Amino acid sequence: MNGAQDLGGAHGFGTVMPEANEPVFHSEWERRVFALALAVGYTGTWTLDGSRAARESLPPAEYLSASYYEIWLAALEAQIVAHGLATQEEIAAGASAGPASPVKRVLRAEEIPPRFSAGFPSDRPPDAPALYAVRDPVLTRNDHPIGHTRLPRYVRGRRGVIERIHGAFVLPDASAERRDAPPQWLYTVGFEATELWGASADPGGRVTVAAFEGYLLPGTPQ
Amino acid sequence: MAHDHDHHHDHPDHAHGSSLTPIEARVRALESLLLEKGYVQADALDALVEMYETRIGPHNGARVVARAWTDPAYRERLLADGTPAIAELGIGGRGGEHMVVVENTADSHNLVVCTLCSCYPWPVLGLPPVWYKAPPYRARAVLDPRGVLAEFGLTLPEATRITVWDSTAETRFMVLPLRPAGTESLSEAELAALVTRDSMIGTGQPLTPETAQ
Repeated sequence: MNGAQDLGGAHGFGTVMPEANEPVFHSEWERRVFALALAVGYTGTWTLDGSRAARESLPPAEYLSASYYEIWLAALEAQIVAHGLATQEEIAAGASAGPASPVKRVLRAEEIPPRFSAGFPSDRPPDAPALYAVRDPVLTRNDHPIGHTRLPRYVRGRRGVIERIHGAFVLPDASAERRDAPPQWLYTVGFEATELWGASADPGGRVTVAAFEGYLLPGTPQ
Repeated sequence: MAHDHDHHHDHPDHAHGSSLTPIEARVRALESLLLEKGYVQADALDALVEMYETRIGPHNGARVVARAWTDPAYRERLLADGTPAIAELGIGGRGGEHMVVVENTADSHNLVVCTLCSCYPWPVLGLPPVWYKAPPYRARAVLDPRGVLAEFGLTLPEATRITVWDSTAETRFMVLPLRPAGTESLSEAELAALVTRDSMIGTGQPLTPETAQ
């Protein structure tokens, strides 16, 4: 969606402010929000793409004025209600007023090290050959889906080149909605900075994105 | 955020919660509810925090870089297929299932960003710093990388070509920085101590034996 999260190329946000000796968390509530989001996510009630979709669905003014973990908290509360794990009233009260919903699994402390070091790979066996090869010219689709998608606006409708083929992966657009869809080939697509930014480009610069096959059309050599 | 002690000290019914800021109270309420419902377990929450606060961080990525600097065959494997090469050092997992390592050279530099959210290679770098997740960096890294680097105190020669890697899928990027000059006699562990988090994002260079003092 064309939400406030899609920030590439935006002006007006000011300078980057690195913090010396930055701690991993800045307060106890951030620690708890982080852990709650991961642990509730582990119940399998929604996908990681679903969480990203919930965060970027916040109203733009709210998204841009909230801190990172405030965004996580607001999205987590919204997902809990939307998926029926608890009601808004229960969240406001901080107490349960009814039975819990069944969930697929609950994260136990002892399974964290093996489970998290194995990771949660999102590549899948392809069900069709890749349409593009390395060095093929491509044109990104100029599409503006209302749901979750992972092609930023600043690279839509642009000419690029396939640089790497990563394999077939779960399509975030479908996964966010728990919609069944075949895995799609994922490519690194490279763009000359001038193709994206014209005269404002960094001289000689390049930008790459990881793009799903469905985001791409065959291009013509530049 | 300042605690709101002064206003509530005289009200016994507020004595328990009066020192909590609104967001602290909101998070505490949510945690209580989720524990009560049985969706989360307290010791698992503590273990997650402990893992990402103390055990997973840029010291992991620094070991990868130092190995690549000292072992040419490892460097080749790392650049060809990042995930299994990183796993050789016992490093990997959530947020780093599909690693791509990109190498700086004498005339090219790499910079990693996630313009859409906060994608970052957790197993090698830990959780991202605030600036990486905040709008200024996400907005400008792709449009004005040289200007962003200058804000980190890094000025590259004009002839150096910059490639910006926008982390728009589950592939996660780590920069293999150039080995600093004058480090031929250093051990792998000594080299790892020169590798900074920012040098693996591309917003900095490794320390040198002099700057590390």
